[in-house]
Amino acid sequence: MFTAMFGSVEQGIIYAIMALGVYLTFRVLDFPDLTVDGSFVTGAATAAMMIVLGYNPILATLTALVAGFIAGCMTGLLHTKGKINPLLSGILMMIALYSINLRIMGLSDEKAIVKPNIPLMNSDTIFSQFQSFWGNIGIDQALTNFIKNTLGFQTAPSTWGTILIVLILTLIIKGIVDWFLKTEVGLAIRATGDNKRMIRSFSANTDGLIVLGLGISNALVALSGALIAQYSKFADANMGIGMIVIGLASVIVGEAIFGTKTIFRTTLAVVAGAIIYRIIYAVALRIDWLDTSDMKLITAVIVILALVIPQVVEKRREKIRKDKRRIQRLEQQGELTQGGNHLA
Amino acid sequence: MLKLEGINKIFNEGTPDEKIALDNINLHLAPGDFVTIIGSNGAGKSTMMNMISGALNPDFGAVIIDGKEVTKLPEYKRSHLIGRVFQDPMAGTAPSMTIEENLAIAYSRNAKRGLRKGVNSKRRDFFRSSLEKLGLGLENRFNAKVGLLSGGERQALSLLMATFTKPAILLLDEHTAALDPSRAELITRLTKQLVEEGNLTTLMVTHNMQQAIDLGNRLIMMDKGQIILSIDEKKKQHLTIPDLMAEFENIRGEKMNSDRALLG
Repeated sequence: MFTAMFGSVEQGIIYAIMALGVYLTFRVLDFPDLTVDGSFVTGAATAAMMIVLGYNPILATLTALVAGFIAGCMTGLLHTKGKINPLLSGILMMIALYSINLRIMGLSDEKAIVKPNIPLMNSDTIFSQFQSFWGNIGIDQALTNFIKNTLGFQTAPSTWGTILIVLILTLIIKGIVDWFLKTEVGLAIRATGDNKRMIRSFSANTDGLIVLGLGISNALVALSGALIAQYSKFADANMGIGMIVIGLASVIVGEAIFGTKTIFRTTLAVVAGAIIYRIIYAVALRIDWLDTSDMKLITAVIVILALVIPQVVEKRREKIRKDKRRIQRLEQQGELTQGGNHLA
Repeated sequence: MLKLEGINKIFNEGTPDEKIALDNINLHLAPGDFVTIIGSNGAGKSTMMNMISGALNPDFGAVIIDGKEVTKLPEYKRSHLIGRVFQDPMAGTAPSMTIEENLAIAYSRNAKRGLRKGVNSKRRDFFRSSLEKLGLGLENRFNAKVGLLSGGERQALSLLMATFTKPAILLLDEHTAALDPSRAELITRLTKQLVEEGNLTTLMVTHNMQQAIDLGNRLIMMDKGQIILSIDEKKKQHLTIPDLMAEFENIRGEKMNSDRALLG
């Protein structure tokens, strides 16, 4: 149980990078960007293809980031220059990317033009590279002993290196997003999502800002895809299906639990939301009568609950508040009439 | 400072809804001129403002600001020359961002936006001293989201944001019309103060004749897409509402038909 949860948290932290990307479009730019389903795979495919071809995993991951950036910019251009509705721009880019991703994976094999997946079982990844350094330090042993002997669990995670590196990476990216949204360009992007007319009157090119915002968002999504491919040791053309909903689930669940008072807090909420989503997912998978194939349904239910429950809670609170006031008022009136009787 | 030369605009050309919005408009503002514009609904006042700001392009004719022809420049490229306040108090600010962030956006109008911090301590000091001029206590609510401000406060903030970078042209499009009388009076007073301080070349559209007479050094009246009356500085000092009504009747041969123009 502990080990299974541990894996979910690791994955959740990696998916949090994707969720931050979704936050940038969905919340900051107010642009429901469906490119995500495609660009997540683009990241995974690009990184996997380059790793198989023998490139350094770090270089492969950075290239994936750039590939995602380009994909996002294309969606932005479809919307701003092609005047295509935001949802449709994303959908068009998403299905275009499906074919492109097959071709990207095809590049890894001289004999094939397209490939539906790339296994990375015996390849070097960012994680295996870090592990070869981390394994020698001896922290893993110490923690494993602590968990088995002191806390009394049967099994312990095989390594703590992975969770450490993904946590550092995700927090760095969260920090960069926080910083970026406070720069002059960042402020202009936020204003674009908030009031286009206003920001245009302050000499900002909203079209350019939308393209840039979508590019950055999909760069993060592709980075997340590249890391997930290396973490689970394969890239697959279908691994991005429903990714936008998972991203939304993370954003919405996180915001509902942790609030959105400042940007720092909101991005933290998004990261936490992604991790919580993975834990719910893992718990749901352990229920006997649920099948792995039910997960998309569960994801949909989680999003629906995260959207509906806050409304219900707020309604109830309001009702309680009003009831309280009504009773107070009745009591006051009661006292008044009693007082009146006294006088009479 | 601002020159409009032979501006023409027809909406829905070639359809039954065809409407001549601007009919050969010529206008010339010297630096520091403050021109108020009056006219009934559909006279072309807002269309003219949109031509200057670049939100609309003329069918033909030229817009020249500060000696540069800007007719073909898109709105975002010429707006570093133009400060603008809209009628809708919601239109001039970003509601989900804080007061200081809104000011930072306005502050970056003149420079190319980069990866500098939007709000640093030097700018914050400048923002604070600028906000103090409004006298609304907004300088103590730096981190309040603008969406929480009242309509009057938002419009005062919009006015400050439009003016504090000293634009070549300031466009005010019925910017007091959506406010209650006391708030409108406050914004009118602030407008006067900020325009005078910055010696800004200003165009103000209003439905309120008294306001048009009280503010500015020149006044023009528009009707059916034309400038039908232009009153210079000397004549404007002694102008009254009945004078304006009489002039209109004189020119158009009909009574002025706008209660709003009368009552303001």
